[in-house]
Amino acid sequence: MSSQLLTVSLSPHTYGGETVKKLMSGVLIALLPAWIVSVIVFGLAAVKVSVLAVASAVLFEYLIQKYVLKVDPSVTDGSAALTGLLLAFNVPATLPGWIVVLGSFVAIAVGKMSFGGLGNNPFNPALVGRVFLLVSFPVAMTTWPKPFSGAMAVADGITTATPLAVIKEGLKNGQTPQELLAELPGYSDLLLGKMAGSLGEISALALILGGLFLIYKRIITWHIPVAVIGSTAVFSGLLWLVHPDQFMDPVFHLLTGGLLLGAFFMATDYVTSPMTPKGMLIFGAGIGILTVTIRVFGAYPEGMSFAILIMNAFVPLINRTCKPRRFGE
Amino acid sequence: MSQKNVKTFPQGGVHPKDHKLSADRTVRRLPLPKTVSIPFSQHIGAPAVPLVKAADEVKTGQLIAQSAGFISANIHSSVSGKVKKIDQVKDLTGYKRPAFIIEVQEDAWAEGIDLSPDLVKDISLSPEDIAAKVAAAGIVGMGGATFPSHVKLAPPKDKKVEFLMINGVECEPYLTSDHRLMLEKNEEIMVGIQIMLKALGIDQAFIGIEDNKPDAINLLKETAKKYPGISVEPLKVWYPQGGERQLVKALTGREIPPPPKGLPIDVGCVVFNVGTVFAVYEAVQKNKPLIERVVTVTGPAVKKPSNFWVRVGTSIAELIEAAGGLPDNTGKIVSGGPMMGKALDSADVPVTKGTSGILLLPQTEAKRWEKLPCIRCAKCVSACPLGLEPYLLMALVDRQMLDRAEQERILNCCECACCSFACPSNRPLLDYIRYGKATILKKLREKAKK
Repeated sequence: MSSQLLTVSLSPHTYGGETVKKLMSGVLIALLPAWIVSVIVFGLAAVKVSVLAVASAVLFEYLIQKYVLKVDPSVTDGSAALTGLLLAFNVPATLPGWIVVLGSFVAIAVGKMSFGGLGNNPFNPALVGRVFLLVSFPVAMTTWPKPFSGAMAVADGITTATPLAVIKEGLKNGQTPQELLAELPGYSDLLLGKMAGSLGEISALALILGGLFLIYKRIITWHIPVAVIGSTAVFSGLLWLVHPDQFMDPVFHLLTGGLLLGAFFMATDYVTSPMTPKGMLIFGAGIGILTVTIRVFGAYPEGMSFAILIMNAFVPLINRTCKPRRFGE
Repeated sequence: MSQKNVKTFPQGGVHPKDHKLSADRTVRRLPLPKTVSIPFSQHIGAPAVPLVKAADEVKTGQLIAQSAGFISANIHSSVSGKVKKIDQVKDLTGYKRPAFIIEVQEDAWAEGIDLSPDLVKDISLSPEDIAAKVAAAGIVGMGGATFPSHVKLAPPKDKKVEFLMINGVECEPYLTSDHRLMLEKNEEIMVGIQIMLKALGIDQAFIGIEDNKPDAINLLKETAKKYPGISVEPLKVWYPQGGERQLVKALTGREIPPPPKGLPIDVGCVVFNVGTVFAVYEAVQKNKPLIERVVTVTGPAVKKPSNFWVRVGTSIAELIEAAGGLPDNTGKIVSGGPMMGKALDSADVPVTKGTSGILLLPQTEAKRWEKLPCIRCAKCVSACPLGLEPYLLMALVDRQMLDRAEQERILNCCECACCSFACPSNRPLLDYIRYGKATILKKLREKAKK
């Protein structure tokens, strides 16, 4: 009855309409509030570092796909841009440009493409880049511009320590948490982002806002953030209850460092996190416990990046053991 | 569409747009076709054995092929006329299978069939006779599974049946044949349910209907007041609400054990589609065999999305003509709904007992999207209503690790397609799972033979 060619394929004959590009754009949108805070607090320096990181990550991915792997570049999916922005969020806003670009290169080339590109990397690429920079350029990576002191803050010597570094140093020198807290910005300042720290980690409020957007849009589920935040609060809370004169309270731990950035945006990276709700809870709990352990007992003031990377390594094992509830069994 | 206080299954599922374009179109009767092709096999189980040959005269409703065992079904002529030949005809699986080609002359019905529209309420047959009558009428599951219905009406004595579940969910987008049937044959469906309750020796039936059909829910609730033991249950619009396992779970909280062994009867339930219920009514009360059914013809570009009463064996092409013709941009013809239907390579395929709808998709919706790498977002895992990990099953099948795939419950898959639907990378998850299942089942069959 007709000469038209018909497509014959197996069901389903329709799609839900979700795409990788939409998901990645959703995460980028969710990062916007925290980025705006960073621009307000650190000025144009934050813009420079973010643009450099995103542009270089996208460029490296494009070049590697085109000339090394010889495949069609897929940078329009937004995953490289996201890795770049997350790397920028994890470094000081005044980090020299060439170090930012080097970090992007390690994140994309070593962290992602060397494993076969999107979907194949075992470790969060942005954190691979960040930790590489941290161990290679320890001074530059821990020189924090004082909030609201402009792009030339570091050059002008207007730097300050992060709350976690102040605590680490202070407790070692025998000061009490109460004395130290008096030196630091109050909790409401920590909530808004008036403190020293990595570009995108400073405002708890902005990060929570973005995180809730991710959950509302069903880009992520609640499991990982809740497990990270819950386990951090419980573990640091237990320590604080036992020895309030030696350990910081859980609210301090939640509001400082990369905890919320990690809980909502880094630990929830699709590729490097578990596939089942049960697995996600274990993964998140592991991150919280490791973070507090490193912060409290380790050499570094900040432990989120290491905790996530360590738990990334457990993901295959978690996936192997944590199965969804099988219907009818 | 209120979503409050409606039951649902608790795990997985997706929400496709419902596109019920033909929901308000009364079921129309088509003029008789000139010829029909009636396949010997329109059901799960052994093909029926032909009783008539070329040049024989047949009447409408006459038995023309006999059930070939317990799991098989009788076939009746859907028209009167002359058997032109027995030929290989392409059915909706795409394979050519034997079928009667009958040239239609007039519409002379076999004797003893009550064609009056009167409702017959009194059920005179005994339970055993009901099952026998259903078997004689060639009734199979009309939701698409086409499992012979008499088998389910005569459960093994060691199994206890508690509830009769009537599936009026129609969770596939576009399809409206069950919806219209519930609106137009509400009394008959109620009597049909009474017949089934009597056959099963129980007194409680549930009718599950998705909440996007409030008119059907209200009408059946009203009608059910006159019939004891029947309760109408609105269900959340959530695919695959009409899956046997999901329906039983939503209405009773019980979980049917996984296939191949697990059946609704294992949790005390027997499930029938509303179309089947109507066919049972007609068989038992009117002595009318299953020779026609409601078929929806629909699609985004279809001129007149419609519901038709169609004689089995009518070419799908004729239905498409009656719905305003094949749209110019048609890129895919699907028998069934977009989630589980089968794509056809031509419209020259006969309607069978299990054909619930014909969906015409435009070129723009016909093609698969480009497959991208798995980003391990776990959306397939959350979408799976059976708690499987489609991404893993696909990877295992791809690597030919079929033993491991079996351990990971690949055979539990009901092929509802939620995984492929949910995947942001457009990965053909279900294709791989089907291939894996088929390969494993083949191996198991060969093993069993040895």
